[in-house]
Amino acid sequence: MKRREPLTNTQLLMTIAIGIFIGMYALAMAFLGGGFLKAQQFFDILNDNSFLILLGCALTIVMIGGGINISVGGVVGLTVMACALYLNGTNIENSTLSISVTLLLALGIGLAFGIGQGFLISYMEIQPFIVTLAGMFLARGLTTMLSIYPVKVTHEGFKELVKQKLQIPFLGYIAKNGNLIPAKLEIGAIVALVMLILTWYLLKHVKLGRDIYALGGNQQSALMLGINVKRSRFLSYVISGFLSGLAGFVYLLHMPAGKADTANASEMDAIAASIIGGTLLTGGVGNVFGTFFGVLILATIKKIIVLSPLNDSWWQDMASGAMLGFFILLQSIVLSTREKRKIKAADKAALQKG
Amino acid sequence: MNAKKTRKAGGIGQLMIPLIALGVLILFNLIRDPGFFSISLSNTGVLTGNLVSVIDSASELAIIAMGMTLVTASCGGQDISVGAVGAIAGSIFVCTLQAMGRITIWSVILGIIFCIGVAIMFCCFNGTLVSVFKIQPMIATLILFSCGRSIAYWFSGSATPQLSSPIIVAMGITIPGIPVPTPIFAVVLMGILLSLVFRFTNLRLYTQSVGINQGAARLNGINPVMIKMLSFVILGVCVAIAGVIGVSRIGQIAHQTLLVEIEMDAILAVAIGGNSLGGGRFRVVGSVIGAYIIKMLTITLYAMSVAPANVKAYKAIVIILIVLAGSPVIRNRAAVLLNRFRIGKETKAAAKGVN
Repeated sequence: MKRREPLTNTQLLMTIAIGIFIGMYALAMAFLGGGFLKAQQFFDILNDNSFLILLGCALTIVMIGGGINISVGGVVGLTVMACALYLNGTNIENSTLSISVTLLLALGIGLAFGIGQGFLISYMEIQPFIVTLAGMFLARGLTTMLSIYPVKVTHEGFKELVKQKLQIPFLGYIAKNGNLIPAKLEIGAIVALVMLILTWYLLKHVKLGRDIYALGGNQQSALMLGINVKRSRFLSYVISGFLSGLAGFVYLLHMPAGKADTANASEMDAIAASIIGGTLLTGGVGNVFGTFFGVLILATIKKIIVLSPLNDSWWQDMASGAMLGFFILLQSIVLSTREKRKIKAADKAALQKG
Repeated sequence: MNAKKTRKAGGIGQLMIPLIALGVLILFNLIRDPGFFSISLSNTGVLTGNLVSVIDSASELAIIAMGMTLVTASCGGQDISVGAVGAIAGSIFVCTLQAMGRITIWSVILGIIFCIGVAIMFCCFNGTLVSVFKIQPMIATLILFSCGRSIAYWFSGSATPQLSSPIIVAMGITIPGIPVPTPIFAVVLMGILLSLVFRFTNLRLYTQSVGINQGAARLNGINPVMIKMLSFVILGVCVAIAGVIGVSRIGQIAHQTLLVEIEMDAILAVAIGGNSLGGGRFRVVGSVIGAYIIKMLTITLYAMSVAPANVKAYKAIVIILIVLAGSPVIRNRAAVLLNRFRIGKETKAAAKGVN
């Protein structure tokens, strides 16, 4: 008798996250109406959180490998500041060149952090939490060394790039004066979505990605299987650094100004999003699409609170905290009941055999 | 006798790197500016000087690091909500004092008891998630990390009431007539209390065994859930005391800035103290030394006229150096080198003996 393959833990947790997101969005549409009925609202959530989607991918990769990276927010802050200063200092005539150099600068900063941290964590065997905490301190300190004051980008070419938006006419809405206003998607959001799919492909269909899963699941067995554990772990941090550098560039595309506290505490948001999407901090379990929905859930809660009568920053914090608590408890209960059922089934099988 | 000896030797091995780091920092300061360590008596009868301000300002960090060590050892993870819970405890303290009307010794004691109770409650929430629901500590405490300060705001409201009373000044700064800042006494008191607990109970043994192998500890009749909860309760007491010190220092509650980012520093202190962040063996003394190293570093950088905002970058580099020195890879390399040196010496000596 052929039985249907049961859902894995990852798929189950991700399905729950997607279901809750759809339910929440539907409720918001029904009760708050207004903005939520327009497609633009959804695209705005994507536009505002494109850098968080990238950070979520960065954290998901590392967390699947059994580590953690809390320097991502700091790296975004440093990248944004460095790029803003570079753009203001460069000449405007050849804007394509200066923008590509800016992109390279952003990726370079991210890669440098990734390589340094990856080396310390995997080859020097220092605890990832401490290394990336120091990385966060270093990035924040360097940001304020570059400039304590906010830096606004004055580069004309870059400003043009910021204004570029993908227009999707059939998802638009008709304004009061009868004009059709198409839905708009920013470049940053497109980059984030492309990287999301690339990360998914890397984790699911490239040897390195499978190695990272194996290493997070059980390092000892991964070693026995002949996986180069140290190199895979190192590369997971390098990719994470690369993605956070890119997130910095995307942040600058959304908000062209550098500040000392850019993306403050966004690493915790990214961790929360990964957890809501079903990634376990213990490693070996996770999916970037779950993280994507985690980001959407957190962003939608904030949007709902802004539109509801409880518009206060501390209500936002409370609501996201409560949501996080709910998901964490749900995961724990789901996983433990599945574990128990598995043990029971194994017992039964053993009894029948015996 | 033998067992005792090995245990002692192991302990010093763990404390070696933090002690060397502290020594290097002190030496660096001595060479840079011998006046760094001058201590004088100000005209109000209080000891002043860089060293005093290091020890004084590290008080909250040292107290929280003590509790954090226990949680780290038993759960193999860290509590990142201590700053937020400290802010809640501080606002409960202020609320109690305000509800009582006048600030007297008794209202302060009641306030402290009350805020310790509330902090224990919040830490028990974390502890339940960690021990009963088996959630990673960092994830479980992320909940309070993200909404704890909002809860503090909920208690105290947007007002930042001033607590102007000689009792609060005595608690946060100095008691008139005693030249040593009061927070230092709090650290000493907590240290004595914890060492008494370790001396007369099996808490250290039980905590270590739960941290090293929870299943084995359970089979030996130790209740891991209870031990983990207990470590969170102790952390709650530490956090509440740190919160009260923080409030009395400035005489008001600022829920956004009270004990801000102390969770990261406390975890660093635990790691610098040579404790494994994965649980198991621990030395509370190491964490306290770690806390003083962190503050010493900060004050040294201030004395070198580094801008406060830039301190973090230098701090990160020194932290990496300290942790690198304690990393297993470097330690093994050093041990191999040392061994080779020793063997070489022995063979030389043997050759001499033959000759």
